[in-house]
Amino acid sequence: MAETHSLQDMRQQAAVAAKVFIQRDYSNGTMCQFQTKFPSELETKIDKQQFEETIRTLNNLYTEAEKLGSQSFVEGCLACLTAYAVFLCMETHYEKVLKRISKYIQEQNDKIYAPRGLLLTDPIERGLRVPSCMSLWLSRKGRTAGLDIGGFFTVTSDGG
Amino acid sequence: MKNCEYQQIDPRALSASPLSAQNPAEKKVQRPRRKWEAFPGKNRFFCDGRLILARQNGVLPLTLGLIVVTSGLFFAFDCPFLVQHLTVCIPMIGGVLFLFVVASLLRTSFTDPGILPRATADEAADIERQIDTSGSSTYRPPPRTKEILINQQVVKLKYCFTCKMFRPPRTSHCSLCDNCVERFDHHCPWVGNCVGKRNYRYFYSFIISLSFLTSFIFGCVITHITLRSQAGKGIVQAIQESPASVVELVICFFSIWSILGLSGFHTYLVASNLTTNEDIKGSWSGKRGAEESGNPYTYSNIITNCCVTLCGPMPPSLIDRRGFLPPDEAIPAAAASEMELPPFTPKSDANMCTQSTKDVLERMLHSSDFHGLCPSGNPKTSPLVQEVSSAPATAEPYLSSGCSRQLARQAVVDPCPLLSPVAFSKSNRRDSLHSINPAFRLASPSPTLSRSALVLGDGPDIGFIPQH
Repeated sequence: MAETHSLQDMRQQAAVAAKVFIQRDYSNGTMCQFQTKFPSELETKIDKQQFEETIRTLNNLYTEAEKLGSQSFVEGCLACLTAYAVFLCMETHYEKVLKRISKYIQEQNDKIYAPRGLLLTDPIERGLRVPSCMSLWLSRKGRTAGLDIGGFFTVTSDGG
Repeated sequence: MKNCEYQQIDPRALSASPLSAQNPAEKKVQRPRRKWEAFPGKNRFFCDGRLILARQNGVLPLTLGLIVVTSGLFFAFDCPFLVQHLTVCIPMIGGVLFLFVVASLLRTSFTDPGILPRATADEAADIERQIDTSGSSTYRPPPRTKEILINQQVVKLKYCFTCKMFRPPRTSHCSLCDNCVERFDHHCPWVGNCVGKRNYRYFYSFIISLSFLTSFIFGCVITHITLRSQAGKGIVQAIQESPASVVELVICFFSIWSILGLSGFHTYLVASNLTTNEDIKGSWSGKRGAEESGNPYTYSNIITNCCVTLCGPMPPSLIDRRGFLPPDEAIPAAAASEMELPPFTPKSDANMCTQSTKDVLERMLHSSDFHGLCPSGNPKTSPLVQEVSSAPATAEPYLSSGCSRQLARQAVVDPCPLLSPVAFSKSNRRDSLHSINPAFRLASPSPTLSRSALVLGDGPDIGFIPQH
């Protein structure tokens, strides 16, 4: 929990910390995918493979959320038949996967990013924003660098 | 330090309100505010942010009224006769259809259509930095587009000046709601909301079920009158006995054409995975020229297209209406709410400057040493901030006129046009939500402007595009 607490602190500092944004990847349409290109600003902070692995897993999770499977189809039909009242009592498949994504990000923060002084912010907090460009600016103290993936992830580093 | 600065320029502290007694060091507002209260778009919220509607909700009451009145007349006047002479299923079917129509309509109207939250200060600054590579001293916004490949087809992404981001594919900015909406179809005045990604299926089921309901009522009323006239002494007497049926007939007759037409049109759109916006603009039709520009989003299969549009996964609302504003944003958000209270100020560049850089304007009004930078000062620059705290309480309308006066008074006109193209042709009051905004907005236009803004004070670099 101390790690969580430090993550909370880092989140609060994230507003003043440097951020790197990762752009969305539209090559396959409007599905929510992120570019796996490794930002140069993070070269000194994290292993490239690890970063790409994180992004790839997240992309897979989002693909699953937006998948046109039988589950979403059944959900849609059921909702239609009940005049959409079913959404009042049931969580959609998308929301369930978003919860998994949050958990995964938390996990990644605890295990990989926080020890390196970086912080991944859950994209949904930023509204799954699309074309946030990469930006890295230094805070006043000049010691934090952050990573924002498509507005999702704010990876802020502390004392990095 | 940032929070203290916000406190110093807190309009509630400046105005003679009871809240001005707040301890400047205290960071919390009196009650935690929800994000919907500081929402920048032109929307109305109900049930503490659970329901969202466009501010210009058009003729939604009329739509509801027509449906309820027509159905009410049907159940009251036609159903008893038809139950007696035909079957009890008629009101049952009618009832089910009616409930479905009303549920779909309310769902369409009160669901977030897929509004994209506006770019935060840091994101917008970064985008500006990436775009503004020319470094010229005069800032004239080029048509900002970005080309990407979707399914091997080139698609242009446009930059939205209001929302400060490149619009995702199929996203469009609705000027009535002042929001970028994903998979924007159209703004429907009948439902009082935009129709976009998240509520298109509800809209479609609304018009389909309304077609059925209208046709059903129309058919039943015709049957009713026919049966009466056969049983009685002719059609005139039948009408006299049941005048309500005529009312229903008229309403149904006139609405059935448009509704059936609309249903057919939208069925075509659904089957080809198009939006009304794209269809009207002819984005993917062949009239672009020799190049094949088909719809890159279609799955080339009608069933799949229908499933995607209507039964696809339901993305969550991205605007987090019911979340709480963080404490350091709550105060400028309170400033935003303060600005919400006056009646709508006409959209003008002067007002945009005012609303979004209210604190700077206060300094302007009371500082003779303006540096000719109109609203471009960094609100967080220390010397100016101190002036703000001594500024008397000023009402917003005063400021809006004050800004106009300032703009007129100041010989330096250049910075203001520099600002007006930047984003705020549509938005005014929402910018106070991100008090940081003026900084990055101003940093973008020109290096000279940024530098002079920096000269004004040595506030934090937050929001400023690094001068590298």
